[in-house]
Amino acid sequence: MAISNTLRSAYLVLPLALMACSNAEGPKTVSATPAVKPAEKAPVPFPSTYKAYPSVATAIRNVTIYDGEGGKIDNGVVFMTGGKISSVGGADTIIPAGVNVVDGKGKFVTPGIIDIHSHLGDYPTPSVEAHSDGNEATSPTTPEVWAEHSVWPQDPGFSRALANGGVTALQVLPGSANLMGGRSVVLKNVYARTVQGMKFPDAPYGMKMACGENPKRVYGSKGRMPSTRMGNIAVNRQTWIKAQEYKKRRDSGKEFTRDIGMETLAGVLDGDISIQNHCYRADEMALVLDMAKEFGYKVSTFHHAVESYKIADLLRDNGVCSAVWADWWGFKMEAYDAIPENAAILHNTGACVIIHSDDENQIQRLNQEAAKAQADGRRMGFNISDAEVIKWLTYNPAKALGISNKTGSLKAGKMADVVLWNGNPLSVYARPDKVWIDGALMFDASNPKIRPVSDFELGQPGEGDVK
Amino acid sequence: MRHFLYTAAALATFATPVAAETIAITGGRVVVGDGSAPIEGGTVLIRDGKIVAAGTTVVIPSGARQIDATGKWVTPGVFAGFSRLGLAEVDAVNGTNDKSGGRSGFSAAIDVAPAIDPFRSPFAVNRSSGVTRAVVAPEAGDNIFAGQGAIADLGADSNPVTKARAFQFAEFGEEGAASAGGSRAGTHLHFRAMLREAQDYAAGRGTFDDDLLKAEDAKALLSVLRGETRLLIHVEGANDMLRLMELKRDFPTIKMVFVGVSEGWRVAHELAKAGIPVIASALNDLPATFEMLGATQSNVGRMKDAGVQVAIGMINDRDSHQLRYTTQYAGNIVSLQYVPGATGLTWDEAFAAISSVPADIMGVGDRLGSLKAGRAADVVLWDGDPLELSSAATTVIIDGIEQPLTNRQNRLRDRYARPTEGDLPKAYDR
Repeated sequence: MAISNTLRSAYLVLPLALMACSNAEGPKTVSATPAVKPAEKAPVPFPSTYKAYPSVATAIRNVTIYDGEGGKIDNGVVFMTGGKISSVGGADTIIPAGVNVVDGKGKFVTPGIIDIHSHLGDYPTPSVEAHSDGNEATSPTTPEVWAEHSVWPQDPGFSRALANGGVTALQVLPGSANLMGGRSVVLKNVYARTVQGMKFPDAPYGMKMACGENPKRVYGSKGRMPSTRMGNIAVNRQTWIKAQEYKKRRDSGKEFTRDIGMETLAGVLDGDISIQNHCYRADEMALVLDMAKEFGYKVSTFHHAVESYKIADLLRDNGVCSAVWADWWGFKMEAYDAIPENAAILHNTGACVIIHSDDENQIQRLNQEAAKAQADGRRMGFNISDAEVIKWLTYNPAKALGISNKTGSLKAGKMADVVLWNGNPLSVYARPDKVWIDGALMFDASNPKIRPVSDFELGQPGEGDVK
Repeated sequence: MRHFLYTAAALATFATPVAAETIAITGGRVVVGDGSAPIEGGTVLIRDGKIVAAGTTVVIPSGARQIDATGKWVTPGVFAGFSRLGLAEVDAVNGTNDKSGGRSGFSAAIDVAPAIDPFRSPFAVNRSSGVTRAVVAPEAGDNIFAGQGAIADLGADSNPVTKARAFQFAEFGEEGAASAGGSRAGTHLHFRAMLREAQDYAAGRGTFDDDLLKAEDAKALLSVLRGETRLLIHVEGANDMLRLMELKRDFPTIKMVFVGVSEGWRVAHELAKAGIPVIASALNDLPATFEMLGATQSNVGRMKDAGVQVAIGMINDRDSHQLRYTTQYAGNIVSLQYVPGATGLTWDEAFAAISSVPADIMGVGDRLGSLKAGRAADVVLWDGDPLELSSAATTVIIDGIEQPLTNRQNRLRDRYARPTEGDLPKAYDR
């Protein structure tokens, strides 16, 4: 299955390219008709309707804690109440009388795992053509599309990511067919009837960009620009110039016509929308950094950054994160120089590391992927502590998504997004025992009733099975 | 191939290893690989490329080279139950991808052996992770029969094929139907018709004018029909497996092995009763297709409990590059023992599922896959539990020959351990 996953996102689904209109150039962005004045600030459309589910005040005691920011507490206590982390500390931490107490003997607690690169919902399972909603591969720049409008909230993959992976939040991105693929959406990993019911409240938007092979192949094969890497950069720069003009017009105080694609790009130039940039090769990342300087925006994270290790110092100096797999390689030319020590070299150089999945299977094992990357580092003499490695899966992705003030670590006042593991999460033998999201128990390995089953799986073979 | 065709760096990697010698590996935790418990402080004795003995009472002959394995684990090398190893360097670069010969006009006759290239980097990368043997299968083209696969060794030499034409590979289920005209009805019809044509060929009645098969294809299928060559069939869904078991009743001499088998647990008792071994994808747990609705990671354990012979393989799952995931997958199956309601394997069973069991299923268990006397000396030393994520292979021996552990990836690692350039560009740093 994995190769097809790779085709679907990192490597791009091929039938999709075939599906795209052959000649229709069309407008670059969809223009909405009403002319508006800048003073009338439009309300944010499709607002989150997610509300924390009811919770009971719970203390986990006698447990090993990785706090997500590099800290470790042995024999500690995590207390959560009202959906928030209330206190985190050693054995002497006060546990109020009458609260639910979970004994964590032999177990480990981490913040909820955050996957910064997922296509759950927009390339859901079953992986049928009718569900293939991740690439609007009809124009190389589609900043006007929003991934949330493709998310099928019944994707069975959300439940696996929760139960086997301890994933409590994820960024769902458009695919990588386009240079500018559209807006991403950050979700709480909680099933809902609507995508609005999953949206992480007040999470900033991201915009997906893509370097390299995919855009030039998809459009080059249609006889359109870009067909080369130089074409990729040229189309991007032309589009950023238009975005600068749009922003200027918008800020001029004069009447202007809204353009939802340009709104996204102007949001990037405003610093409100983060750039999430699919980019494998080191040389291309360096070009993108200069392009960002030219137009005055910042790249939050390079995704699939298999060659980040070659420019770890440059990435450190620019404050850009690398979202990487532990060891994927060789499936396409731009993944040829991937090495398992990528994360460790980045970390050792002082650059920001995030372990991501881009895959409905590996999202269930991000903890294991991080553990492999840690071990490969250790063998080259870079000793990275377990607590630091957990940061790659929690605080670092939260920071890169602009939600680290709300989740991503076990700090008082933050959302009680918490995983209790039945062993050290960096061991192959560990699995989530319980997962809380905003303090509500959303998965309990010991209670089949606390195991979500999507509509799709209801009445099917294996409904409600351990997965 | 001659080594001098390669660059100096490649030469270093592929330099002919020293000849097989007598080696005694002492003091380690020895895993025989047959499902038995590890032996603490055991000795493994190797001579002439074969295992002489493994245990606590092994007499070490004078002159044997001794390898101290104190504090280490000593196991048979990983036997990858299903792969496309050596058939691709870069999957998406067509010139380097020999997985499918489906447009050649041939089907069952296709033989992957000459396409398996030991100089492709996945050999060295997976070798250094303790993988020593692999089942290598072709991908199907526009016929349900993909052709003949091989068993390969990962030794750093120019002869990768242990056993050519070791099996025939076929696609059933959705993929099979797609190549048989769009319906599973077509798959079954093609299957029966092609086997009949093979019989016609044997009886001298083959015309090959309007036939589905060419003469070479018929020869290959005849060997399957006679039970001389195993038939590995990719099948995921419960109904497809049941219908295949009915087909087997009509062709009782065919030795079927099912591959993938995501819904195997739903028909586990039938599989056990039919005596059909499986090479299962270990961790499929999503309804990726409608033939995998019942997929669960407990599949392997449930089938084993029902009496099915189960090995772990990686069909269509990074199967040309990432056979090093095999130990991680086995470890995950062990972890299920600690999940309420789930079914896993014990550690000993899990290691057998990636060593002796796949060898047994492929009919080479008397020669490969364990540390029992007489088996090829494929032995790996690990710095910890080989199924654990923190562990690595520290010594790899194939056919009694200690192997180099260098590869392209660790060369890049060494060049960029400190990424900032020094007095010369990185291109000079090697």
